[in-house]
Amino acid sequence: MNMPDAKKILVRVRVNGKAREAEVEPRTLLVEFLREHLNLTGTHVGCDTSYCGACTVILNGRTVKSCTLFAPMADGGEITTVEGLGIDGKLDAVQEAFAECHGLQCGYCTPGILLSTVQLLEKHPKPTDEQIRKGIAGNTCRCTGYQNIFKSIRMAAAEMEKR
Amino acid sequence: MARKSNRMSKKKPARAAAHSSSTNGTKTAAAKWVGQPIRRKEESRLVRGRGIFVDDEKMPGMLHIRFIRSSYAHAQISRVDVSKAEKFPGVVCTLTGAEIKKQVQPFIEIGPGGAQKIADYPMAVDKVVFQGEPVAAVVAETRLAAEDAGELVEVDYEPLPAVVSAEDALKDESLLHPAMGTNRNWHGVFEYGDVEKAFKQAAHVVHIGRLHFHRFSSTPLECNVIMANWDPRSGDIEYHCNNTFPSFASQFLAPALGVRIDQIHMKSFDIGGGFGIKITSYPYMAVCALASRKAGGRGVKWVETRIEHMQASAHGNERVFLDTRVALDQNGVILAIDSKHVDDCGGFPRYEPLGCVIWAQVLPATYRLKNIRIDMHQVVTNKCPVGPNRGYSRMQHLWFMERVIDICGQALGIPADAMRVRNYIRKNEMPYKTPNGCVYDSGDYASMLEAAKRLIGWDGWKKKQAAARSERRWVGLGIGSTLDSGTNNFGQARIINPDAPFSGQSKVGIVKLDIYGEVVVSMGSVPQGQGHETAAAQVVADALGITPDLVNVRPGFDTAHNAYTGHTGTYASQFAVTGLTAIHGAAMKLRKELSRLAAWKLEAKEKDLEFGIGAQGPEVRAKGTQKAINYWALANLVNVNNAGMPKSLWDITLNCRHVFHANFEIPDVQRKYGNLTLTYAAQIHAAVVEVDRETFQPKILAYACVDDCGKAVNPRIVEGQVHGASAHGIGAALLENCAYDSDGNLLTATFSDYTPITAMNMPELLYAHMESPSPFTLNGAKGMGEGGAAPVHTICAALQDALYPSGVIIDDSHNTGDSLFHALRKAESGGYAAMVRVEHRTASR
Repeated sequence: MNMPDAKKILVRVRVNGKAREAEVEPRTLLVEFLREHLNLTGTHVGCDTSYCGACTVILNGRTVKSCTLFAPMADGGEITTVEGLGIDGKLDAVQEAFAECHGLQCGYCTPGILLSTVQLLEKHPKPTDEQIRKGIAGNTCRCTGYQNIFKSIRMAAAEMEKR
Repeated sequence: MARKSNRMSKKKPARAAAHSSSTNGTKTAAAKWVGQPIRRKEESRLVRGRGIFVDDEKMPGMLHIRFIRSSYAHAQISRVDVSKAEKFPGVVCTLTGAEIKKQVQPFIEIGPGGAQKIADYPMAVDKVVFQGEPVAAVVAETRLAAEDAGELVEVDYEPLPAVVSAEDALKDESLLHPAMGTNRNWHGVFEYGDVEKAFKQAAHVVHIGRLHFHRFSSTPLECNVIMANWDPRSGDIEYHCNNTFPSFASQFLAPALGVRIDQIHMKSFDIGGGFGIKITSYPYMAVCALASRKAGGRGVKWVETRIEHMQASAHGNERVFLDTRVALDQNGVILAIDSKHVDDCGGFPRYEPLGCVIWAQVLPATYRLKNIRIDMHQVVTNKCPVGPNRGYSRMQHLWFMERVIDICGQALGIPADAMRVRNYIRKNEMPYKTPNGCVYDSGDYASMLEAAKRLIGWDGWKKKQAAARSERRWVGLGIGSTLDSGTNNFGQARIINPDAPFSGQSKVGIVKLDIYGEVVVSMGSVPQGQGHETAAAQVVADALGITPDLVNVRPGFDTAHNAYTGHTGTYASQFAVTGLTAIHGAAMKLRKELSRLAAWKLEAKEKDLEFGIGAQGPEVRAKGTQKAINYWALANLVNVNNAGMPKSLWDITLNCRHVFHANFEIPDVQRKYGNLTLTYAAQIHAAVVEVDRETFQPKILAYACVDDCGKAVNPRIVEGQVHGASAHGIGAALLENCAYDSDGNLLTATFSDYTPITAMNMPELLYAHMESPSPFTLNGAKGMGEGGAAPVHTICAALQDALYPSGVIIDDSHNTGDSLFHALRKAESGGYAAMVRVEHRTASR
């Protein structure tokens, strides 16, 4: 608990394709590292206990809840956050589908849900309704009642199939 | 695009490609954009992770604050020692309740009489009255240092008996606020018609035992976050926070902190959900300001943790309904209701006891009964204080009324749908004056019910239910009727306290042309996901004959915009009426100014002008001529190029502010009579629920929602609000519960225990929209969004239908596999025999 002079650890990662690093206390959570040290504030904290998934990012090809990992655990890893979706400011198919289907209201859970959707559609390009529900089971949304999120994911899948 | 040109267009207006779908300028008055399900302006930044939430922001030299909170629900504080924490590296200062008491006045109490003796300080002074109440705070250079040092604060408590239920509170055996002399902080009788006469004439009288509406909360995904800076030079306090009723907060903060109200600056940008509960963050706003002052005027940030939010922000109101008597005629038409209601507001009243009157906005619910007596009480208990929670105070009463309808229907053998149709207020009775003087503006509840039944396939499910019952399965069908009363009259506060200096309702909108001719809108609302930017742009686009993408709406609230009155905030389902009418008024003022300017410059008469989009952007042109002037040139004339302008036009500012006023009177305080709300949106839901015979777990098999909020400004947003309110209600009915043990410990203080509804347990919603335009509002729109907790009523009705043959009466708004198991055991032992008693008095008629 009492760690004013705690030794700092250098954490090096690639985030959204760019090499980033910072020295942090070992107990720094990955989400704090992203938000406070790398200034990537699109990733949010909702529940502190891995329930809500507002902190979801992709680490080494898998979605993780960044409030439940220490930053040093991601050292050497490849991370995608919401800021890494889309190219040159243009929305990708998942972002576009959420915007078009009103798959968000306050937008606080949205970054995490977008990343869970990216992962879901990589695994299941033509997801069933059950796969969609399971794909975002770890993401809580308090605004939409999930209906338009389901719709957004179906639309994203259909659009990605066309490409 | 247009601003580079300062000459009037001589060309025939051409359609700019980017606006090919826009108006040709000839129909500026028609609603082209209002009513369209256009994509929200907000989505663009939010799907990129570019929303600006408070915790994304920093102040230079900012410090972090950590609260030390009571582990007891009720205790005397015998010692607080912060000395070790103060020595911890990185700590700048600490605060204790005793210290704060010397610096602030207690917060205003809204309640009359004894309630005025409650001393509500922003932190506990000598006793704590709920678990999680802040006792001390540590301010440090980093969040981690504040957390570590917080562990070194020592507090000694002498526990007192905790008062956990409303009924126990009424016994006054253990007092939370001894100066008040009782735990009952409000009492009043709401009586209308001739209740006793109706009971004498009744064919049936149904007596119903205790009903309980449970505690749940909004639990927005973003917790409360506050940044405060009390500048020692100016004495001004700057807040960047997610409080959703800034005018209410500043009216509480200014007297407590001893500053002028214009010294409190408040702004929000994006807010991660609110649903009412963030109205009550002002005690923490006070502490953050005091911490900033003590730290020498450095900014202080507080980011509430989820456990803090669950224990000590605010919960929705809990209520019990006792000794209910219902008089009915031989057809099941309700003649009178007589009942005692006890609302539980937790440790401090704060926004309460306003909830003790707000339910009366929907006194008869959707029903025609004329004779009602509600003996209304509110008590304090050793639980988290309450705050407005989506459906605030009306949903508790509407749930009670729906339970009454279903219990009476079951007791008299009248089907749930027929029971409602016989009692509903009729379409041709609208506008309908309720027994307490409220006016339901429009609605057709019977048709909505028909639509809901069609949507879910009611008749088919009835057959399936019969088949399922023959297999001993517990399948039930339920209906929930609810109202979402919007645009409240603050005059109802007078019914709570005749000295309350509030009444009416107002909102501000500002629409201006900036120096380069951009249309800029400042809203007086505090959106949390409701799409206000989009709806505002739709209204302004119609008023000026342009497109919503040309309307720049400033996100969030900022006192610097000066778009506020004392009523400003986002609450009480009203933006579509109050906020949009204010913005429309401002846009029409701007249109008039543009018209006067253009008439002068184009040497035309105002009546011969038209508004639209030309080759050089938004413009005003003289009909049937080649003469036009674009917005850049009009703004230029006023702002930077105004030599030679005739004096008669000098009043033009192109910065137009409009205040919406609702046409309310102050209610008759003695009779508790008057119009309390302007609009009444309605929702009728239907559900089919099965209770598993093995696990007792309830499962929704089908769910349908029909809403009517008058004219929908943006149907896409309206449908989204219905979905969201439905999820809140379904979660509340089956999952979410602020459960306390008998010592006042909150048992559901994390999401893993509170279990907010997820994609795995959210059913598919069938949805239909009907439109009964309000005769009292611009465009016929009604406020909506809170939704009136329709699913709580509906699911309870369906569970009742499933289990009534087994002898169960659904007497609680929260039902789980565990509680239903116990309910069935109770039914087996005849435990519900005394719960509902029917007197048939047909002979006496």
